[in-house]
Amino acid sequence: MTTRTVSIASSVGLHARPAAMFVAAATETGLPVTVAKDGGTPVDARSILAIMALGAKHGETVTLEATGEGADGALDGLVELLSRDLDKE
Amino acid sequence: MSSEHAMLLGIGVSAGVAIGPIVKVPPAASFDPDEPGTTEPAPVAERVHAALEQVAAGLEERLTRVPEQARPVLEATAMMARDPGLRGSIDTRVSSGAGPTRAVHEAVEEFATMFTDLGGYMAERVTDLHDVRDRAICRLLGKPEPGIPELRTPSIVVAHDLAPAETAAMDRTLVLGIVTAAGGPTSHTAILASQLGIPAVVKARDVMNVPEGTVLAVNGGTGEVTVSPTQQEQDELLDRARRRAAALEDSHGAGVTQDGHAVALLANIGTLDDARSAAGEDIEGSGLFRTEFLFLGRQSAPTVEEQTEIYVEVLRLFGDRRVVIRTLDAGADKPLSFANLGAEENPALGRRGLRLGLAIPELLDDQLAALSAAHQATGADLRVMAPMVATCEEAELFADKARAVGLPSVGIMIEVPAAALRSHDLLSIVDFASIGTNDLSQYTMAADRMEGELANLLDPWQPAVLQLVQHSCAGGRETGKKVGVCGEAGGDPLLALVLVGLGISSLSMAPGKVAAVRAALSMHPLSRCKEMATAAVDARGATEARAAVLDMADPELGVLI
Repeated sequence: MTTRTVSIASSVGLHARPAAMFVAAATETGLPVTVAKDGGTPVDARSILAIMALGAKHGETVTLEATGEGADGALDGLVELLSRDLDKE
Repeated sequence: MSSEHAMLLGIGVSAGVAIGPIVKVPPAASFDPDEPGTTEPAPVAERVHAALEQVAAGLEERLTRVPEQARPVLEATAMMARDPGLRGSIDTRVSSGAGPTRAVHEAVEEFATMFTDLGGYMAERVTDLHDVRDRAICRLLGKPEPGIPELRTPSIVVAHDLAPAETAAMDRTLVLGIVTAAGGPTSHTAILASQLGIPAVVKARDVMNVPEGTVLAVNGGTGEVTVSPTQQEQDELLDRARRRAAALEDSHGAGVTQDGHAVALLANIGTLDDARSAAGEDIEGSGLFRTEFLFLGRQSAPTVEEQTEIYVEVLRLFGDRRVVIRTLDAGADKPLSFANLGAEENPALGRRGLRLGLAIPELLDDQLAALSAAHQATGADLRVMAPMVATCEEAELFADKARAVGLPSVGIMIEVPAAALRSHDLLSIVDFASIGTNDLSQYTMAADRMEGELANLLDPWQPAVLQLVQHSCAGGRETGKKVGVCGEAGGDPLLALVLVGLGISSLSMAPGKVAAVRAALSMHPLSRCKEMATAAVDARGATEARAAVLDMADPELGVLI
């Protein structure tokens, strides 16, 4: 089990377009990645509905979790994505 | 209703004229209450997954055939149909014995409730979710997906209401016009239809009773829908449409009268989607940005940060153009679960607007803090105004709070006759005023806005209301402050001339109405507008006022109204 914590850099939070980009990237890893906010229940990172309902705002910390081969590299990639202001790109 | 010659009146939301046979969109199927429960979950879950995949594939298959601006809605809807979170929720329900359509229905409602609670942008996504639900349930029941049947000849599409994906996927060459029985001027249907340039009328209540294939003549500007029009009516309508198009062709840029007197032409906005669409229009900013959508239908008030995000987005959309944001206008008629002062006998006369904001100070303080943060983040031309102000004390309390957080321009709405009568004193306190003609009419004429039978009393041409506008403008002149209008009245090209003549300096309206108002202004000098204003105020009644002003207008104005 690999975990990472990261603060949401996107100025609109994990909403709208940034959420869609994150879900697409999480799906591409081929691993069961989950996201949790403030020690809350982890949700499926491949579900746009679950990610949007999470309501993670700019500056809030989320915990990513994955198991399986390549989990380290996959999570590094996702952390890098969330550390950018996706809304500006 | 028979197919006999008849006239239906709705709300015109996308200007233009269309004449053709109708094709009706079948209403969506809902889940089957008599459906047997699931005893063997695996094959049922598989069936549901297959149905959802077909829905997603069907939406994606249309992507190449729709205009570019319509693609994001389709892509987002397809993504929801494939969502593993939604499938997970459906699987859980199927495993505990729900039938397939009930499982889809309940799983979608679970997410829809969460989104509604989040409010704002998220609440608007509920329509897309419901579209996925309806399509999947139809697939499961072996019915065609709800939506527009394949058109073979150019037709007018008639529906109870249209889902965004349906409107987005329309073939512009085959859809001549759209008429819906429900919907509103700011619905998705309205916004997308005007983006696609398809004439559209919403809230034409009896239109679903018109038989399939009947010819309709649709006027997307006036909201008039003629059932089985005569040849002469068709010719007149088409001729009028040509002349209107010619008159609007040269209508561009800032609003000015024929002799160069500037009148800012602005958009009324009620949601983020409205803002996105209005910002792309040829307008000078927003004269009324309503913030209720941020608060309604939620369990708790939006945080300062959440509000700031939305205000920043709106201000960025408009760049250096002005945006007048109105603080929360809620009350017992639009109750908020987190700011409920209890039921009232008479909500329109109760603790609403600024009165609610002063009764629950943290609500107003948070909103002003968010507006201030958004102003600092963008440096935009942000102006803030309070609804339902009646006294100097109220205006001072609001202005002090707003100025204390550094907001640069602070104003009030004039909706209560008391505020119009005391405009000199009120405008000595604040920087500007904006007249809400709908509420000012309701309170001046003591006629409930929701009471259709009182429409004649609520006519914005009522001289008593115009006199209060005149008095408000006098207060503005004496104090050197600007007074605008942000009610329906400002979007009527003829009445707009009267308002300008009375001394109004900006008009805010549904964005689709700006071009006609701009054209009307360009045909008349300010001196003529002033003569019209005098004639309207001096008239005995609303009908006489309008007739007198129409007589004084340029004959070419006729095609605009």
